[in-house]
Amino acid sequence: MSINRREFIRIAGISTILGLGGSVIADKLGAASEVLPNEKALKGKHWGMAIDVGKLKTDADYRKCIDACHDIHNVPDIGNPKEEVKWIWTESYEHTFPGLESKFMSESVEHKPFMVLCNHCENPACARVCPTKATYKRNDGLVMQDMHRCIGCRFCMAACPFGARSFNWRDPRPFIKKEKENKEYPTRMKGVVEKCTFCFERLAKGLKPACVEASGGAIVFGDLEDPDSEIREVLRTRYTLRRKAELGTGPSIYYVIGGGEHA
Amino acid sequence: MKIYDGGKILLGLIVFVGLAAFPFLYNAGKAAAKPDPKTDTPVIQEMAEKKCVEPKEFMRAGHMQMLNNWRDSVVRDGMRVYVSNTGSRHDMSLQNTCMNCHSNKKKFCDECHNYMAVKPYCWDCHIAPKEKES
Repeated sequence: MSINRREFIRIAGISTILGLGGSVIADKLGAASEVLPNEKALKGKHWGMAIDVGKLKTDADYRKCIDACHDIHNVPDIGNPKEEVKWIWTESYEHTFPGLESKFMSESVEHKPFMVLCNHCENPACARVCPTKATYKRNDGLVMQDMHRCIGCRFCMAACPFGARSFNWRDPRPFIKKEKENKEYPTRMKGVVEKCTFCFERLAKGLKPACVEASGGAIVFGDLEDPDSEIREVLRTRYTLRRKAELGTGPSIYYVIGGGEHA
Repeated sequence: MKIYDGGKILLGLIVFVGLAAFPFLYNAGKAAAKPDPKTDTPVIQEMAEKKCVEPKEFMRAGHMQMLNNWRDSVVRDGMRVYVSNTGSRHDMSLQNTCMNCHSNKKKFCDECHNYMAVKPYCWDCHIAPKEKES
């Protein structure tokens, strides 16, 4: 049997169309089971936080937020500062805002601890250097850490200008108090890097991050892209600072500085 | 032909072959106990219809691929609800959904995994349900 070129092209064309159509039908048949997002999940385009430093007064205020986070996420308390694992902690003014110190400063600011955590940058240096895409930016602006993929190379720790990442030098399990252990959240294993995840597991259930809930209004959480959100209202009316904004990573954590009882 | 130190070499060979073959000879004819996974947990006992998210046969053969897909869709894509072939909805979570029913990890997971000598690293991070030491 011989076949001319015209005939060959016709057969090839018809089988291509049939093939494409067929695969669509096959997909429909195979999609009996499907995955959906939780309907209650909070939706946003760019999650951010505004921390009102004036409202966090005593050590207990800070402790409440830190403990809420660390207890929920099974963050170990290792004790040795060289192996410390932390998601949210306090830092002095000159460590929080280096380059913004002055010779003579308001004492209330100079000696105040500042609550610091992962800044969930718009242009995260950690995600850029990660060789396995274990850390990556989600569509809602959250910088996520996938513990399943982390190989513990610590490039992200070198890249992060905020020191927001901790490495598990040893198995963290023995350092998590049994009675505090949250059975609904995993721990980590030796050799992975961890950090604040903006409580992605709580956002998916429609809850705000644990530190926001524990702060009693000192931390405002919301969508920075939504001009009508509470956080945008705060940013419109109050003077705020971001940590090391000059580096261009675009931090999403804002610090509300100074008074403002009437603001 | 003369083998220098022939006696020692032959003796050494016999000892070596004996040692290397010992595990096979020792276990020859003895079948390892067949794994017998149990699903008799309190939660499952109370269920009116004892059904997993998908049919038993599918789960038995494909739970590992399914768990991988669940992990990726939850952690990477933020999809947390699984709609099964029969239309039932489930929260995709090993620690909170699977192990809520299958709270007997030792008799449910480890039974077969040990038999097949597979060591899944789920439990390095995920917290296994509390069980009585047996």
